[in-house]
Amino acid sequence: MASTSRPARPTTDEPSGRGSEPPLSTVSDEAALRLSPEVAAESLRDYLRAWLLRIRNGDSGMLPVLGGLILIVIIFQSQKSVFLSAANLTNLLVQGATFMLLGMAEVFVLLLGEIDLSIGYVGAVGAVVTVATAAPPGNHPWWIAILAGLVVTSAIGLLQGALVTRLRVPSFVVTLAGLLGWEGMLVFLANREGGKNGGGTLRITNTILNDLVNGNLSVAAGWIALIVAVAGFAVFHLIRDRQRRAHGLVAPPPALTAIRILIVAAAGFALVAVCNTNRGVLASHPLRGVPWVVLIIIGTFGAWTLLLGRTRFGRYVYAIGGNAEAARRAGINLNRIRLAAFTLTGLTAGLAGIIEASRLGSISSDVDGGQLVLYAVAAAVIGGTSLFGGRGKMLHAVVGGLVIATIYNGMGLIGLSASSQYMVTALVLLAAATVDALARRSVTRS
Amino acid sequence: MSLSPGNTAWPANAGQAVGSEDIASDAGGVLLSIARLVKRFGAVEALSGVDLEVPAGQVTALIGDNGAGKSTLIKTVSGIWEPDAGQIRWAGEPVRIRSPKDASALGIATVYQDLALCDNLDIVQNMFLGREYTEYRLLDETKMEREAKATLSDLSVTTVRSIRQAVGSLSGGQRQAVAVARAVMQNARLVIMDEPTAALGVAQTAMVLELIRTLRSRGIAVLLISHNLNDVFAVADRLAVLYLGRIAAAGPVSEFDTQSAVYAITTGTRRESSAEHSETA
Ligand SMILES: Nc1ncnc2c1ncn2[C@@H]1O[C@H](COP(=O)(O)OP(=O)(O)OP(=O)(O)O)[C@@H](O)[C@H]1O
Ligand SMILES: [Mg+2]
Repeated sequence: MASTSRPARPTTDEPSGRGSEPPLSTVSDEAALRLSPEVAAESLRDYLRAWLLRIRNGDSGMLPVLGGLILIVIIFQSQKSVFLSAANLTNLLVQGATFMLLGMAEVFVLLLGEIDLSIGYVGAVGAVVTVATAAPPGNHPWWIAILAGLVVTSAIGLLQGALVTRLRVPSFVVTLAGLLGWEGMLVFLANREGGKNGGGTLRITNTILNDLVNGNLSVAAGWIALIVAVAGFAVFHLIRDRQRRAHGLVAPPPALTAIRILIVAAAGFALVAVCNTNRGVLASHPLRGVPWVVLIIIGTFGAWTLLLGRTRFGRYVYAIGGNAEAARRAGINLNRIRLAAFTLTGLTAGLAGIIEASRLGSISSDVDGGQLVLYAVAAAVIGGTSLFGGRGKMLHAVVGGLVIATIYNGMGLIGLSASSQYMVTALVLLAAATVDALARRSVTRS
Repeated sequence: MSLSPGNTAWPANAGQAVGSEDIASDAGGVLLSIARLVKRFGAVEALSGVDLEVPAGQVTALIGDNGAGKSTLIKTVSGIWEPDAGQIRWAGEPVRIRSPKDASALGIATVYQDLALCDNLDIVQNMFLGREYTEYRLLDETKMEREAKATLSDLSVTTVRSIRQAVGSLSGGQRQAVAVARAVMQNARLVIMDEPTAALGVAQTAMVLELIRTLRSRGIAVLLISHNLNDVFAVADRLAVLYLGRIAAAGPVSEFDTQSAVYAITTGTRRESSAEHSETA
């Protein structure tokens, strides 16, 4: 073999001597397919064209999920007209809270290309700790109780992460052991803390813990929260776009930013309007207002989205999921990031457990943590998070959790048996994963 | 035995043609000096006692046949692998490079043969991976994007649509350009490039060679691995030939021509000046 022969040169030779600036504003069809529309377009028309092209090419983003959600809603509404009533929609949101939070917990590890099968029971253990801490004889204040629960679940996440990173046991195995082990811990704790006649159930005695889900903002506070949130969203985007333009960088067309803000405002308006409608059963006891849990979900979603999208930690999570060796060569401490991600998964799972306990008014050893974790993974994947790491968002868990809650709620209303509920959820998960796989295949083929 | 600049204990003619005399005369001195470096992968000995000196502010080309151990050598220097034996000195001081972080703390930036990019991240994110700018602990995307854009246009990378494009959607040559740009931006004292032009077009290859000269003119040392002898002779000040895990020949580029370089690469022995080449080989 001739030692001087260089590797066959791929036909990437580009015409030389062009202008020094890449032509960013005009979008050829071929290029549009490879880019997300945001970075390729400077006018709304360009954007729409790039977007339509991508959809036609199979890369449809969250569109199938949202389409599917609308379809499910139409089906349920045609079967049961109470489905879209304010009372049921609020109930649906509350039911979805646990799925969304557990889904968000799962996103951290899924992004790394890992999985955590234990979060259902870990969350339940955290809930027991919180409820027991606030109950007699201790009667600790609500915030100490919540802190105690979250510290315990974070520590569990840290421990499992340490087994994965230090001993190099696959996360599937470590957390499968966790799935069994923490159920054992749950049964033990619930029986001990529940007392002789408790039957493994702990009732929530603290009103604030109870109100996390069952308490509501006042009507006015709901509207104010909406205005603050939408204004914050709008200001953030407008300032960022202006800064980018000022520095000569490509920014999304102003019309697009305006449309985005409008969509968020409209969705928020619908949410607050529904929650502020009287849903009381008795005319003498009106019940209205945005449930506290909605704020907790939005807050968690916002914080975790910021963490993943705008901090070094988040960047490194994506990098490790994309190419761990490249991340290592870039000087990133892989084990530290992985440990932190498992800890955050535990923390978020603890929050989900506390919310579930608040919704039920109690926590017991009967929690089906195995089913919960499957719903959590399903929520993330239905939304569009990859099981292979490097691709996903917190938003996926929220949308996926909403889809699962909708199915769960609607089938309950129609009166379908548990057996068909499981099967329909399975079909939805399969459909979502298939759409995702097909989309990815057609993109890599092109 | 230690190897240091102007070390008189070094045998005048040890069979290893490490020309320490011409390095010592250079103003910058020796930046990186490797002695008796050994790296084994199980039964395979990829490096069996490599001696190499990389002078400051010069371009050193490392050439050798496939499997000679070039990539293994630079990965050991870059902290990917710890050597099994041997010594590395940086600016005269013995150092241990145990991780990529150690290497970049010393001022070593590396373009790997496999590029080591994250396909799911965009160009800017890859170029700044591990060295992100932050403001109030949040990523300063605007600043990073501006600098990335400037570096890429310095490199004449004009064919990417957007620097917010995922690296997985780039062509092989564009990916290589991103990897080179990433290393150049690190303000290193030594830039190591493992076949940086293998997938590049004519214009981009010329730009990378020009870039290597620019780095040299700024006093930055470059260790270049390439199979293309034309490129090597175009930019290198010194040449080192690796053969089956050993340095077979090394010296100023003036001591070599294409034929003697090829001879060293293929046989592992040095034939003196090509001016006297007879048919004895
Ligand atoms: N991770 C590894 N595990 C086992 N053996 C390895 C490993 N990396 C390299 N080797 C072996 O070490 C020897 C040198 O490989 P190296 O990649 O350094 O060659 P090279 O000079 O860079 O070749 P090329 O010109 O093809 O890039 C080869 O025999 C190779 O099989
Ligand atoms: Mg190599």
